[in-house]
Amino acid sequence: MTCDHCDKPAVVHEVIIKDGQKQEVHLCEEHAAEAGHKIPVQAPINEMLTQFVSANVPGGSKKRRQGAKCASCGLTFTRFRKTGILGCPECYKSFDKQLGTLVSNAHGGGTHHVGKQPTGREGLQERKAIRQKLVRELDDAVASEQYERAARLRDSLMKLDTEDVPGKPELED
Amino acid sequence: MNLNKPEPIVGGSGPDSDVVVSSRVRLARNIAGFPFVNKASDPQRHEILNMVRRCRFPEKTASDMIWVDMMQATPHDRQLLVERHLISKQFADESSPRGVAITSDETISIMVNEEDHLRIQSMVSGFGLQDAFGSIDEFDRQLAESMDFAFDERWGYLTACPTNVGCGIRLSVMLHLPAIRMSNELDRVKRAAQELHLAVRGSHGEGSEVRGDFYQISNQVTLGRSEEELLDDFCLKVVPALVNYERSAREKIMDQKPELLDDRVHRARAVLQHARLLGTDESLKLLSRVALGVCLERFNDLELPDVHRLFLQIQPSHLRSSIGDPQASDETLRIARANLVRAALSGTG
Ligand SMILES: [Zn+2]
Ligand SMILES: [Zn+2]
Repeated sequence: MTCDHCDKPAVVHEVIIKDGQKQEVHLCEEHAAEAGHKIPVQAPINEMLTQFVSANVPGGSKKRRQGAKCASCGLTFTRFRKTGILGCPECYKSFDKQLGTLVSNAHGGGTHHVGKQPTGREGLQERKAIRQKLVRELDDAVASEQYERAARLRDSLMKLDTEDVPGKPELED
Repeated sequence: MNLNKPEPIVGGSGPDSDVVVSSRVRLARNIAGFPFVNKASDPQRHEILNMVRRCRFPEKTASDMIWVDMMQATPHDRQLLVERHLISKQFADESSPRGVAITSDETISIMVNEEDHLRIQSMVSGFGLQDAFGSIDEFDRQLAESMDFAFDERWGYLTACPTNVGCGIRLSVMLHLPAIRMSNELDRVKRAAQELHLAVRGSHGEGSEVRGDFYQISNQVTLGRSEEELLDDFCLKVVPALVNYERSAREKIMDQKPELLDDRVHRARAVLQHARLLGTDESLKLLSRVALGVCLERFNDLELPDVHRLFLQIQPSHLRSSIGDPQASDETLRIARANLVRAALSGTG
């Protein structure tokens, strides 16, 4: 299958419905990029006719070469091979198989992350919970006119908002 | 933009500053839920920019953080930041929504929407990778409390380019290696570096040419090794080995060809002190020799930081700033550069 506009192999295959008419579009990489926004956004009903293509190519080798595409950002692996830049965090899952050896070669054999983990997420949750508890207690303290206690709680809240380590301020019980 | 007020990080001070000009640690981070910068739309890039602007920076740095909106910055200001090593050349040239936050002491900068959403950098003068890492590590930990970084159990921090995936860390030192170069042993260093999975580049990073015998050495492996392991390798093995190599090359020249050495360094200074027109490259080359002379105590009236400050001051945009003419032509700059260097070097000499 070649491109509708030139003789290069088509990598994008789409069926679009225009004025009630079904229309097939086959484009090479360049022409696909060029046509990117020309193809009506609402029209594509079937993004890739991979089965159709492999049925037309002996051995189905083309299917493999055409390769994977990230469902999240639309990046093709072919495109990635050209730029070396991935499109989104999901690409790591979408191209899991293809990236394995490639990445490990680039990292002197490294295959898994062994370094730092972002602690922020837990920290954020923890901090949120503590904050809520402090605010509740502060409301109670003010309502029951325990002003000394309220002042201490307010200090804890302020400390929490500027503190490096979440969860440090002591809770009143 | 007032980047002249605080003393910039110029090198020539700090541990091992006779060879190690500066140390930098850079972290690549992306915010979860967004495509990487190259696939992000302009509205998404704006949103990322706003998220970083809104996020709570560590208390001690937040108060003196300056924001530069790159879309508003003049070409002159952008170039100034590149010369200061605060942003990459690529970042300066792009035209999409992006910005950079810089602490007033210029030790920490955050490029937003470069290749990754965030490129956090910490820089210190001399050999201070541990210090640079310490401050950036803490900074990163605190940022992670106000934003969710794209992270995967297996791959680590997810980055636009898989060569950064894992720790997303780039450790680099700027080395001044004039004696290794004079002894034609640079190829050996480069080969050794390659075997150790290190990159050797010119002073302004990827694709930049080598000027003034400055080389940037950085790690290429970021996956399968922890930050501490990478740091230990760099600080305990790689950098000390290169520092010793350069030092012994300097000693060898002093022992075997003292006249050649003296001729080179004094001739370089003489040209700089008497020239009336100086180009950037010529100045860098000659200043590099003067710096070598200072390290080997060939001049008793010059201090190393003075020479290193000149390396920065003779750059086109810094020069344009100092003469107060952002539009100054190259010819005007050649005159101004010669005046500046002459004044700095002939003061007491
Ligand atoms: Zn075509
Ligand atoms: Zn993707």
